[in-house]
Amino acid sequence: MVCQMENDKINVDMDMEVLTSMWPEDINEDGSQFNVEKPREDHDMLEEVSILEEPSVVDLQRLMELNSSSEKGSSQLAYLVKHWEYKQANAVRLLREELDSLTEQRQEVELKKLEILEEHRFEEERYDGDKRQVSVLDDLYVMYQAVPRKKDDVPFQSKRFESDAEYDTIVYWKQRALHLEKLLEASLQREQMLMEKLKGSIKNMEMQSTPVEELSQMLKRADNFIHFILQNAPIVLGHVDIIGKTDLEILSGAGMQESLDFKLEVLERGLPGKREITFDTELFGSKTFLIYVEPVFNKAGETIGVNYIGMEITDQVRKREKMAKLREEIAVQKAMETELNKTIHITEETMRSKQMLATMSHEIRSPLSGVVSMAEILATTKLDREQQQLLEVMISSGDLVLQLINDILDLSKVESGVMKLEAIKFRPREVVKHVLQTAAASLRKKLTLEGHVAENVPVEVIGDVLRIRQIITNLVSNAIKFTHEGKVGIKLYVVAQPNIQDRAHKSVEDYSSSVEKGSHIQRFEEAPYQNHKNHDEPRSPLKGKELKLRDEGKPTDHPETAVWIRCDVYDTGIGIPETALPALFKKYMQVSADHARKYGGTGLGLAICKQLVELMGGYLTVSSKEHCGSIFSFVLPYRVSSISDDHSDDTDELPNIIDHDTATADITAGYFCFQPRALGSLFSSGLSSRNQHLAPTNFEYMELPDINGVSPDAYTLSSSASKYKDKASVEIACWVVDPGQASNGSSLKQNANIDDKCTNRGDEGADGDCQAENPSTYSIGKGVDEITKMNKPQEAFQMQKTDSSMRSVPSSNSEVTKSAHKPRILLVEDNKINVMVTKSMMKQLGHIIDVVNNGVEAVRAVQSHSYDLILMDVCMPVMDGLQATRIIRTYEETGNWDSAAEAGIERPMHSLGLELNSQFSMPSLRRIPIIAMTANALSESADECFANGMDSFVSKPVTFQKLRQCLEQYLP
Amino acid sequence: MDGGVGLLQRQLVDYRASLFNEGILNEQFNQLQSLQDESNPDFVVEVVSLFFEDSVRLLNELAKSLDQRNVDFKKVDAHVHQLKGSSSSIGAQRVQNACIAFRSCCEEKNVEGCLKCLQQVTKEYYLVKNKLEILLKLEQQILAAGGSIPVQSEVI
Repeated sequence: MVCQMENDKINVDMDMEVLTSMWPEDINEDGSQFNVEKPREDHDMLEEVSILEEPSVVDLQRLMELNSSSEKGSSQLAYLVKHWEYKQANAVRLLREELDSLTEQRQEVELKKLEILEEHRFEEERYDGDKRQVSVLDDLYVMYQAVPRKKDDVPFQSKRFESDAEYDTIVYWKQRALHLEKLLEASLQREQMLMEKLKGSIKNMEMQSTPVEELSQMLKRADNFIHFILQNAPIVLGHVDIIGKTDLEILSGAGMQESLDFKLEVLERGLPGKREITFDTELFGSKTFLIYVEPVFNKAGETIGVNYIGMEITDQVRKREKMAKLREEIAVQKAMETELNKTIHITEETMRSKQMLATMSHEIRSPLSGVVSMAEILATTKLDREQQQLLEVMISSGDLVLQLINDILDLSKVESGVMKLEAIKFRPREVVKHVLQTAAASLRKKLTLEGHVAENVPVEVIGDVLRIRQIITNLVSNAIKFTHEGKVGIKLYVVAQPNIQDRAHKSVEDYSSSVEKGSHIQRFEEAPYQNHKNHDEPRSPLKGKELKLRDEGKPTDHPETAVWIRCDVYDTGIGIPETALPALFKKYMQVSADHARKYGGTGLGLAICKQLVELMGGYLTVSSKEHCGSIFSFVLPYRVSSISDDHSDDTDELPNIIDHDTATADITAGYFCFQPRALGSLFSSGLSSRNQHLAPTNFEYMELPDINGVSPDAYTLSSSASKYKDKASVEIACWVVDPGQASNGSSLKQNANIDDKCTNRGDEGADGDCQAENPSTYSIGKGVDEITKMNKPQEAFQMQKTDSSMRSVPSSNSEVTKSAHKPRILLVEDNKINVMVTKSMMKQLGHIIDVVNNGVEAVRAVQSHSYDLILMDVCMPVMDGLQATRIIRTYEETGNWDSAAEAGIERPMHSLGLELNSQFSMPSLRRIPIIAMTANALSESADECFANGMDSFVSKPVTFQKLRQCLEQYLP
Repeated sequence: MDGGVGLLQRQLVDYRASLFNEGILNEQFNQLQSLQDESNPDFVVEVVSLFFEDSVRLLNELAKSLDQRNVDFKKVDAHVHQLKGSSSSIGAQRVQNACIAFRSCCEEKNVEGCLKCLQQVTKEYYLVKNKLEILLKLEQQILAAGGSIPVQSEVI
């Protein structure tokens, strides 16, 4: 039965085994079964033992039974022990199995974790494997590993059973059973513990069985971290496949499209490239990246994608932009500074030079005006005629210089705005007349000077007469300068008030405006040729009425009304080429250098005129046609004097000019005409306006019969030429000292011939102011009588060189006759070989020549000796032949060596003495023939030679032929 | 002896003709020779040697002037002008022509051109110098041999 029971038990055990083998799947169930089963068995055993102790009566049979039963018991015990042992083993096995399963589980978990890690790591790499992040996960990994290690430390019991009781006794067995029971209990306890531990472990496992959450948390952290990193990362790395996703799908925002385009571009081109792109993505924020994109090729060399590196350069870009801005600002600042500096410099320079010019002019003017005024005072004292004439030259020269200086001062005054205008009552007609008179006085050409003043021009107006006169004089002298034949005229008429702003700009700036020009030219054609005819007829009265109307319209409390008067100065001169018009009013400008040389002048005149006119509120215009003439017009406002009727007592600014007989007629005269004096008659250059003041009878006013349709009351200032036409026909105009008036009455008059001729007209000739007609060919025979000893050049006789009879007239001039035999020839040449050759040739031609080497020496030579011919090289050091010729010519004309002194050539002292003491050695004032020797270079053109006063030229190299011809022509 | 002089004279005439044909000398040289007479027997030699002296000096000056960093073209031009005057006076035509070219270079302020022209002028100068020296030597030989220098017919 026991066996059966055992068997049953074993069966049960077996069943249990089967069960246990199935247990790992369901630990809980199995454990409980195990626990329940054991106490049941224990109870059975104890009950059986207690039963055995009960019988105390020996009963053999019973003993036997007992014996057998004890045997049974022992066997049972043995069985129990065995069973226990088995159970123990079973428990150990179960635990082992459990352990195994746990280990397995752990391994599983580990694997899973690894898997997750792997996965995680993979994902991480996609964003850029950060070592720090890896280390974070490593810690996690270590934590997992710690769990199983603890399990290994579980103590394992394998204690053998020991007992002090005798073996195989009941006590022993009891003890043993108890011990076993204890062991079992301990085992159970352990089991319990293990179960608890297992439960805890399971719980732990359950806690740890959600690593996905843990990992996802970790991943979240990592994600945040990545975000953080990405937002601050300075670098982006990436790879894009053609097939793969583009950044656009991952990121979005400004700049992405651009970068994509750039990547595609690189992809297409297959060449790496760099570009700066500003992104504004959620992930990165607003940042600028310098992106380097490099194409990736496959083995076939096709681009399959691109790698790119982006470097964050937001800050740099910002800084760079800032820098660029700063730099730009600095550059602008600097440019402005330099500009400013330049302007300041120029302004300062201009100011300084102007100031200097003004100062200098002023400095010169003060002593000069002293000289001139002293000379004027001297002129009022009792002087003999020669002295007076010397004085006149002095005064006129001084006046000339003063005028020039005044010009310069005026200009700088106007420019600096210092110029003050005066308001003086004056008579425009008188101004016109006077200007023309003055011009006629210094006229050296056959020109008709005419003036028209329209009827409607008020008799008296108020304005700055000096300035106005200055302007008109300037324009007239300009006109005369550039006019060789025909006429020069002034026309004065009233115009309506112009729109000054518009007109001034238009007419001053827009010279070439054809409309304006056309109209001017038209007027020009009308003006001189018709206007003086019908001037008074149809148009003028209208204007007069207008003026009157205007006058009437003005209330009486305004006694002065403005009137605009236009003044045209016209000529029939060379005209001005259109191209030169814009520069016309610029300072120091002339139409061309050629003109400047030919006509002289500072080029200041027009600039001053323009500035003066503008200062007075008017405007100056010019129109011109080349070879036909020019017309300069200015329009100025004047105030009209209300008391224009009482003119007789008016301050007459030119009292001397007005002929007493014609003074009254003059007031309303509308036309003045200054005909050129008798054929080729000339006015001495030495006669200034002052001269005329002193000698008012220079001109004779004539009432012309109705010539040119001039109204009969118009008068002309005509020369007295007709009165001595007979003499003029001799073509000799003499300029003589009236012997009767000469203070040096005792002096001998040796040249009686001339004196006879001249005395005839001494009275009419009015202090002698007629000269030979042709300035280029006259020669001056030296007056050798005693009178001329004191005489200045003006007093010397001037006669035509061609008139051989005249040459012989000063018969007493032994030198002239002597030099006719052996003419003195001066060679001015710097080239030694040329000198040698020329000298030798001249020697063969029978002339001994003086040789000097440059212009300065030539002038000196002329100063100290008289020559009959000068051969002048043009191109020379120190002073060229042209200048030397000019100086010599100036001397011949003016009788002084001022121009030489200007050029720095001092007169040798001895020659001064000679001049004073002995007229025989005194340099003559004849026009010395000067022959240029040119090398035919461009700079030495024949024209230039003539323009500078040379008579002829010989081209180099000189030959006998040329020299002989030249000598024949110029040495009679 | 007489034949020798005749030969020399013929040689001289031919040589002189060749100089004229080559354009080394021109009519002006004849002028020069015609200036020479009994009263002034060494005139040509004097003038020519003066020309040599002057030219060497001018050429040196020119070389020096053109060697400067900042060429003073005015000065150069003045020198060339001198040389041109001298050469035209003795009839050294080719030197004269070279001088004309030189001056236009000068006007353009073309240093390179000036240097080239200087070279040309120098070359022409030495050419004419050699030729003239030979010519003058021939003349002297003729004179030494007691002959007379044949005068160019076209000389006045």
